[in-house]
Amino acid sequence: MSHATTMHAVEPAESPLTPESWGKLGMWIFLAGDAMTFGSLLAGYGALRAGSLDWPDPTKVLGINLTALMTFLLICSSVTMVKGLSAIRHGDQKGMRNFLLLTALGGAIFLGLQAYEWTHLMTGEHKVLFTTFGGQKSLFGATFYAITGFHGAHVTGGVIYLLVVAMRGMRGKYSAENYNGVEIAGLYWHFVDLVWILVFTFIYLIPNPA
Amino acid sequence: MSGTHQEPNYMAVFYSLAVLTAVEVGVAYFKALPLLVMGLLLVVLALVKAFLVGMYFMHLKFEKRTLGIIALTPLILCTLLIIALLPDLTGTKRKSDTTAAVAEAQHEAAPAAEGH
Repeated sequence: MSHATTMHAVEPAESPLTPESWGKLGMWIFLAGDAMTFGSLLAGYGALRAGSLDWPDPTKVLGINLTALMTFLLICSSVTMVKGLSAIRHGDQKGMRNFLLLTALGGAIFLGLQAYEWTHLMTGEHKVLFTTFGGQKSLFGATFYAITGFHGAHVTGGVIYLLVVAMRGMRGKYSAENYNGVEIAGLYWHFVDLVWILVFTFIYLIPNPA
Repeated sequence: MSGTHQEPNYMAVFYSLAVLTAVEVGVAYFKALPLLVMGLLLVVLALVKAFLVGMYFMHLKFEKRTLGIIALTPLILCTLLIIALLPDLTGTKRKSDTTAAVAEAQHEAAPAAEGH
């Protein structure tokens, strides 16, 4: 099957905003919706926190050193992702595969650190649980685990997604002429990074008003 | 298909993000700052980082402008959502310690009952 026939037979019309592929437009629309879910969670969190008199100080309870490391790790994995895309644009399938696997590894380490952090919070001195925290303060734990957990679920999905793309890459599905699949996976991965940047600020860094 | 995109200097974006993250942590530890200033600084830093990721890693800078509008929609809607939530915050603040709140309410109710 020649390249030209696949191009014209499969795609009935050119996508208006992303001429390269419909998939990219689809991913952007999905991400806009997903961003709204995160946005609502964070806005709800903000409203609950601002309305509380005795919200625990996040910098004291959560600790930000480990989370800063996690933030840095996600930024690094975003870089390996763009490096992978850059590799396949230049026709380097092996380089793409290696960078995609590195990106997935970064995501997996992030999840490991999050599991460590959660365990530490649940069993540590403050006993931050899903619905209880130091006795009765329930909203702190509930919002914390809902938001970081929802993000962690996205990272989990992203790691699986990246592994699938890497496997497809190993079977030679992508090339210098056809790298849309890698670019679309990259969009999702960078979005997960972008959301974490905001979660890190709003959940971990913003101080309590005195 | 190839060559339609310019490739940004990814490493420069990476270094900026890493430095901004370090600055954020530094600001969060710098307790001498007034809380409002600290909060605003942190939000601005986070938005700058999000902007860098969106523009360069997600290539919004090289896409059609309408796609950028799609990407900005959630930000606009969330701003409206926050405005819609503001009236909820003007009332009396609530203590999340429910037992204490119940005890307090009973305590307040008790003197009234004694009066009869």
